[in-house]
Amino acid sequence: MTVLLSATNIAKYFGGIRALKDVSLTIKAGEIYGLIGPNGAGKTTFFNVITGLYPRDGGDIVFDGRPLHVDSPHEVTKAGIARTFQNIRLFAEMSALENVMVGRHLRSKGSVLGAVLRTPAVRAEEAAIKAKAMDLLAYVGIAAKAEVRAASLSYGDQRRLEIARALATEPKLLALDEPAAGMNATETAALRALIEKVRADGTSVLLIEHDVKLIMGLCDRVAVLDYGEKIAEDVPAVVQKDPRVVSAYLGVPYEQ
Amino acid sequence: MLLNKSPRIGIALIGIALAILPFLIGMSFGNAWIRMLDFALLYIMLALGLNIVVGFAGLLDLGYIAFYAVGAYIYALLASPHFGLHWPLWAILPVGALVAGVFGMLLGAPTLRLRGDYLAIVTLGFGEIIRIFLNNLNAPVNITNGPKGIAGIDPLAKSIEIFGYQLHSLYLIYYLFVALAVLIIVVTLRLENSRLGRAWVAIREDEIAAKACGINTRNVKLLAFALGASFGGVAGGLFAGFQQFVSPESFGLFESIMVLCMVVLGGMGNIPGVILGAVVLTVLPELFRHWAGPMQVALFGQTYIDPESMRLLLFGIALILVMRFRPMGLLPSARRKAELVEHA
Repeated sequence: MTVLLSATNIAKYFGGIRALKDVSLTIKAGEIYGLIGPNGAGKTTFFNVITGLYPRDGGDIVFDGRPLHVDSPHEVTKAGIARTFQNIRLFAEMSALENVMVGRHLRSKGSVLGAVLRTPAVRAEEAAIKAKAMDLLAYVGIAAKAEVRAASLSYGDQRRLEIARALATEPKLLALDEPAAGMNATETAALRALIEKVRADGTSVLLIEHDVKLIMGLCDRVAVLDYGEKIAEDVPAVVQKDPRVVSAYLGVPYEQ
Repeated sequence: MLLNKSPRIGIALIGIALAILPFLIGMSFGNAWIRMLDFALLYIMLALGLNIVVGFAGLLDLGYIAFYAVGAYIYALLASPHFGLHWPLWAILPVGALVAGVFGMLLGAPTLRLRGDYLAIVTLGFGEIIRIFLNNLNAPVNITNGPKGIAGIDPLAKSIEIFGYQLHSLYLIYYLFVALAVLIIVVTLRLENSRLGRAWVAIREDEIAAKACGINTRNVKLLAFALGASFGGVAGGLFAGFQQFVSPESFGLFESIMVLCMVVLGGMGNIPGVILGAVVLTVLPELFRHWAGPMQVALFGQTYIDPESMRLLLFGIALILVMRFRPMGLLPSARRKAELVEHA
């Protein structure tokens, strides 16, 4: 398998706090890669660094064979990494359909002049944006709610909508920040099926999650962060038995 | 897209109504009211420009009148005895729009990271800076003629005679303003339902999520500032030609707030709402001014309150009432209305 993303020695400080200490990891194309760790371990910080939301204080990221310039989030999205947020960030007053249409921004190019003159090309592009957005809503299973305001959707549907919006940017890597948080067992099962479908259709997935069952069942490989350091990286079955991981989660002393 | 029959008839009816409106008003109330109608149209253009920045992109701009001032002074400088230039209207308006747009970017660039209150304060300062510059740019080189302002500006139109009937210039100006206002309305409507319009609303709703969706928020915000400002520039040019006089006094903070009130009172982000807001806030105060005096005399036999001061009082009361009973504006946008119903 080819390497899709390789992060080397990523460092991030908040004042005197070292949130990430030389974290290195590689995600292969076609993989579902899990990132776990206790609260405050730096998972979301790592997410924010690779998606350009936080400037990094050290390290290199190579994505899809090219160095990733993470000066601005939209450049990262353009390079092919799309993300969702731990605390859902939808455009609350827009309809579900419009939310996904915004996600097509990057992959369309209608100009001000085109919009004002409503040229045939712009009209065709608008129709294509809408059709693609509808397809994506159907893909995540909320096509019936296309006209519903995002804020009025149920929690599970909001999570799905966020995934649809991220997929609209045509990512090579879909980064999901705790997508199962607050979901019940049925919703989680449906989410799992959706993530597997996304992978089967050719998009790699980076997953931060607290739901250990979901991670262990879904991920090809898992990395564990603790206090900003990577303490393990392997297939779930191995990571699960790693004494450092066990101690990070349960507080059992390393030397027994 | 082909319009089906009924909207076409609707558009035709509105067109006929707009065409005969000045004659109805002129014959029943006199030319002063046509003048007011012309002002209402100017304010519609201004308010629609500000609506792009405040309503769509959610960037609170308290210095918007500066762009109106820029447009007005461009017209004044290019078509008055001040520099001895007499450019035609059609040549000045694009220049005014362009220069105002550049000023819009000048304001936008340093404020990209600011939102809400902070942005409001910077834009307020910007508006004042422009006004103070206009006030003081008469030395060492006299550019703006300082506080005295520029007089003798070329008129937008002169009265003409058609079939022996004298058509006052106010009518011609009315048709010019209607044409430009319609143009601006069409442009804003089309922008609203475009890729760019969605990006503006996305930034208003959640800037970080907008970035994560691949929107270059810097460019998109600058475009909002530039386009909004260029509308203001066009309206400013028309204002200068209409009044045939400009001075810095016309472009104070109160004017900025007035335009903002039109946007907020009408319904932020909703184009029909903003148009209604502009008309209501132009016409109502004038109605008060004309009727408050005679009405008091009729009721009490004498004038207790000066109509001029009552105008502002009633204006304030009207604003409070609207914000109390229709907090999303007279005609809220569908999006915001949905929220209102839900929380009621």
